[in-house]
Formats: sequence, C-alpha cells, structure tokens
Amino acid sequence: MDKNTRVLVFVLSLVIGMGALAYASVPLYDLFCRVTGFAGTTQTSDALPDTTLDREIVIRFNSQTSANLPWEFKAETYKVTTKIGAQGLVNFYAENKSSTPTTGTAVYNVTPLKAGKYFHKTQCFCFDEQTLTPNQRMNMPVLFYIDPSIAEDRNMDDVHDITLSYSFFPAESKELDGALEAFYNAE
Amino acid sequence: MSDHKPGFFARWFMSTNHKDIGTLYIIFSITAALFGGWFSMMMRHELGDPGLQLADDGHQWNVWITAHGLIMVFFVVMPGLIGGFGNWFVPLMIGAPDMAFPRLNNISFWLIIPAFLLLVASALVGGGAGTGWTVYPPLSSLAGHPGLSVDLAIFSLHLAGASSILGAANFITTIFNMRAPGMTLHKMPLFVWAMLVTSFLLVLSLPVLGGAITMLLTDRNFGTAFFNPEGGGDPILYQHLFWFFGHPEVYIMILPAFGIVSHIIASFSKKPVFGYLGMAYAMVAIGVVGFVVWAHHMYTSGISVNTQAYFTAATLIIAVPTGIKIFSWIATMWGGSLTFPTPMLWALGFIFLFTVGGVTGVVLANAGMDTSLHDTYYVVAHFHYVLSLGAVFALFAGFYYWIGKMSGRQYPEIAGKIHFWITFIGVNLVFFPQHFLGLAGMPRRYVDYPAPIPPEHLQGALVNPVAKIQWILEQEYGYHLWNYISTLGAYMSGFSVLVFLGIVFYTLFFGRRVGDNYWNVQKNTMTLEWTVSSPPPFHQFEIQPKMK
Repeated sequence: MDKNTRVLVFVLSLVIGMGALAYASVPLYDLFCRVTGFAGTTQTSDALPDTTLDREIVIRFNSQTSANLPWEFKAETYKVTTKIGAQGLVNFYAENKSSTPTTGTAVYNVTPLKAGKYFHKTQCFCFDEQTLTPNQRMNMPVLFYIDPSIAEDRNMDDVHDITLSYSFFPAESKELDGALEAFYNAE
Repeated sequence: MSDHKPGFFARWFMSTNHKDIGTLYIIFSITAALFGGWFSMMMRHELGDPGLQLADDGHQWNVWITAHGLIMVFFVVMPGLIGGFGNWFVPLMIGAPDMAFPRLNNISFWLIIPAFLLLVASALVGGGAGTGWTVYPPLSSLAGHPGLSVDLAIFSLHLAGASSILGAANFITTIFNMRAPGMTLHKMPLFVWAMLVTSFLLVLSLPVLGGAITMLLTDRNFGTAFFNPEGGGDPILYQHLFWFFGHPEVYIMILPAFGIVSHIIASFSKKPVFGYLGMAYAMVAIGVVGFVVWAHHMYTSGISVNTQAYFTAATLIIAVPTGIKIFSWIATMWGGSLTFPTPMLWALGFIFLFTVGGVTGVVLANAGMDTSLHDTYYVVAHFHYVLSLGAVFALFAGFYYWIGKMSGRQYPEIAGKIHFWITFIGVNLVFFPQHFLGLAGMPRRYVDYPAPIPPEHLQGALVNPVAKIQWILEQEYGYHLWNYISTLGAYMSGFSVLVFLGIVFYTLFFGRRVGDNYWNVQKNTMTLEWTVSSPPPFHQFEIQPKMK
C-alpha cells in the first residue's frame, strides 16, 4: 500500500467509524439511561430493600394515551404516599374502547428526572406489550419502592414529590395478530 | 508541451486538475449564491411589511428559509471556501503539483451538482421541504411532510456529504504526504493548517449527519422508529445527532475563512502573522472543543440543569482560542506597514463583524439567556454576523486577494472598494436591527409579525421610505420598524451583488494583466503561490521547491 492509500484508508475508516457510532448511539444511550437513571429512567428489581425509612414521599401518577390508540387509560388514584424503602402499589386500568383487539405499549419515566436512579419497579405492565379484546377492561398494577440510598444523596434532599408518567402508544405484536385472527374467526 | 491543456470538454468536464476543479467550484458557488441570495431577497421583501406579500402561507415561507439555509451552507460557503480556494491554493501553497487523488477530486465536484439538483427537485415536488436546515422530526417526519420533498432533500444532503467527505480525505492525504521538502507541519501556511483542521472536522462530523438523516429516511419510508416515540424512539435523539454534526459544521465554514484572513492581514501589514503557532493551534483547539459543545443549540429541549451548566462552560471556553486569533490579527497589524487595498478591507470587515457575532455568541452561550432568546431574531442576527458577514466576507476577501493569481487579470481597485462599502453598509443594515427584533421577542421562522398594516400608498418595500418610516414611528406597537430597515438593507446588499457580478465580468475580460507577485508580498510573509506565474501554469512545480 503506498503512502497516499494508507492515509485514505485511515480517513475512510474514521468516516465508517463515526457513521457506525451514530447508529450505536441508540443502544448506547439506552444503556447509559438504564445504568444511570438519566432522563428519569426508572430502575427494575426483583426484591424489596431490607430497610424502611420514616421519611415519606408523595408519588403522583400521570397517564396519557396516543390519539392513535382507542383506549381509556388512567390510574385509580392520582397519588399515594409511601415510606422510603416500603412497597408502594398503584392500580392503573385500561379499557379498549374500539370494536377490534388492539395492542398498546407504554413509554414511561419519572420527574424530577434526577429521581429515576432511586425509583425501582418490581412489577409493571409497562415491561410488556398489552393486548386488549374489544371493550375489555384490564387492571394494571405497578409495584414499586424508593431506594433508601436516596436519603444519602444530598442532591435529592429537595425531592418530596415524584411523578410517575406513562404514555400508551399503539403497537404491533404476535399476540395482537393472534387476537385479531381469533376475533375475525369468531365473527 | 510543458503547458499542454486538454480540449474544452475534456478540460472542464473530465477535469483532474486542482486549479480547474477549484475554478469549477468557485463558479458553482457563485451560481448557487445567486439562488440562495434570491431566497433571502424574497424573505426580506416578505417581512418588509406586516401581512403576506409574496408567500401564500407559512409553509411556503418555511420552504424558502430551508432552501436559503441549505443552499448557503452546503452549496455556497463550503464549495467556495473548501472546494474553491482549498483546491486552488492548498497544492500551490505546499509546493505540490496537484492533489493526492486527482480523479477523486473530480468525483467530489461532480457529486455536488446532482446534490444541488436534488435539492431543487425537493422544492418542486410535494409542496417543498419546509423543515429548516436542521430537518428536525416530527416536522420532517411523515406526519409533518407526507410528500417526497424531505426524502429528496435527504438524498441531496447524502450526496453533498459524500462529496465533502471525499474532498476532505483528499486534502488530508495531500497535506500529509505532498508538502515540499523542508515544509514541516510547523512551517505550513495558516490557510493549509485551516484546511487540514477543517478536513478532519468534515470526516468526523459528516458521517453522523449521514447517520441521522438515514435514520430519518428509514423512519419515513421503512417503518423504523429511531425518532418516533410510538416505537420507543425519541425525536430529541435527532437533535443530538444533528448538532453533533451541526456545531462542527459552523467551524467547517469559518476555519478556512480564518486561514484566508491570516494571509491577507500579514501580506498587507508586511509582517509575518503574530504568534504563528498560537494561530495554528488555536484552530486545532477550536476544532477539538467544537465537538463537545453541541447541546448549546438545545438548551430549551428539556436537558437537565447540570447538562446546561456543562455546555455553557464548554461553549464559553471556545471564546479563548477565538480571542487568540482576533488579538493575533490585531497584533499582526500593530506596527506594520499597512496598506488598504480591497482584500484588506474585506479582511478587516471580517474581523470586525466576526467579533460582533462572537460577542452575541458569548451572550447566547449562557443557558439562562438563551432560554429567552432561543429561536428569536437575536439568534438569526448572531449566526448571520459570523457566517453571512464572516464566512462570506472571507470569500470576497479571498476572491479579491487571489483573482489576479487565478485569472491573470486584476480587478478594478476603485470598483472593488465601492463593492466593499456597499456590501458592508448593506449587510449591517440587514442584520444589526435583527438584534433589536430578537430582544423584543420576535420569533424566527414565521412569515408574518404583529404590526399595524400601513396605508395603501405606503405599501411595498421601496415606496417612499422616508414617509413610510415616519408613518411607522407614529404607530404605537409592532415589529415593523426594524424589519423595514432590515429589508432596505437587503435591497442594498442585493444591489452590491450586481456590482460584484459586474466586477467579475470586467475583470475576466478587461482586467489589467498582472505578474507573479502583484501584491508585492514580502519575503517574510511569502507563500509559494506568489512564486509562480499568474495564472499559474497548467502543471506547476515541475522542479520541486525546497524550503529552508
């Protein structure tokens, strides 16, 4: 390889590398958010923490539905108060208002955004896509707790309220295909 | 046979000669500037009075601003400074016979023509792309632009990007491998340094734009959801990717200008540039820091306070190397044997106006200020001071400095000075009042603004300006006054373009013939282009120059 070709190959590899990095930014950003709780990304865990603190936090709920998804989606209560480290429970419900099966998937986060690191969900409907048959109403519980280490973070001292927000969008899934097939076969 | 030129078709359509390709780029840049400038004139005429004058609706307005922005960035400033002056003078200044990959150079130029045609096509189908040059989704998604326009605009950017990347690869190879013996990197002329840094910015930033607009393309046509929250995507991701390209892009447009201005200031001060190494590494620093400040374009997109604090601090740091350059130019002139021919006037105009734009840039760098100034005419004024009055002044400076070298004929000095002063007054009239409009809260990207409609006999941009300004001053509110003055300035700037075209025509056909070193560039500021004839031979440096 002559010296001009060598420089050209070097430069073109920079080009390919930066192009690949642009695409890699999607999974990398996702990973970054999940690890650091950036942008209010909530954490998931299987078990409750050992300790419970006396400090209480108010959790508010916010629910939205895309105009393209014919669902009514709400929380049964607009806020709950929990002790830090204790299990919290809230029931959402969704009702399919249309005459065909539909599938929704929720995107979610918490505000203030810095609280994402300490907000742990142990069970959530948002982990999976949800398929509802016509006029079906489904309860969707969310189990969560606030990580007790929040007490040690000086930056979190001003956090007394956390808002948990969900937005439902239409989705496609195998389950929906099955439900649609069953629905039309039944007619 | 030493200066054998191919026939017309082979010379201009199959060219592998860096000077001919540079000439083609300059002709293309001037032509595209007439298109881009025409859109500015329509925009300023539209905003000269409240109400709708030329545009049918807001979408058509958006199509104009998009066309203006994309044309000026990708088809005027970049081809002019990089493809034009870069191709012409990088090989000459480093003592090379041509670029490292002459045929690649040909491809670079001939990619930009179809890129421009695709952009024109995007305006002609499906109502045009009214997305702004940033092409943000969701406006640029299928929901905002269902037709083919945005797809064609994306293809146009793909081709323009490919052209620039290949050009940049060519420059990097040429500069690394083809310098005359003895010309170490630390002896290289500053314009060559500028082109080297610019080329690296291009190869590192353009692929990211390519990625972002390709994601947008697949979102629009193939059902991916990179920027669509319904599928788990995020439109803010596009903004991050775009500005990771977009911020270095503004330095891509200004660094070659820095290079040109450095040579002109040194030549007409008859002193070597002050702090050569500082000047070179200031450009490197601007290039490096330019990659870590992108989110200052996104202060209002919901990024956290800590992120804003970082981007404010990082952005303010850019003022340091930029300040080094400004003060070094002034120090170069200090105690110099100054003369003020036309290129020197443009270079001084550049320094003055770029500094004004830099100062408003420091204001906007602060997230707290930007929250209220974001997307107002203050921002429009800021970036036109650094680009329209910065990069474009450098284009003119380079043109007047080197047209004798490129064509062998000198422009008429008095006409060049007249052109400078008309332009200088005109563009300041256009853009300085826009600071006031922005501070008063007038937002960008609207076809109209609130103000009392003038009476019948005072409507129209150039109808009795004195009576009209008196009438406007009698009104109690509205954005009319500074918009109208800005429009008057636009007509003046538009006239200066006609003056320029006249000068080009006169110079090429009737200009006085000049010798090798017609600016009497002194030994202490000498660069190699002044050692060859004007115009240079078709193949220069058959005996390789040696540097001491």
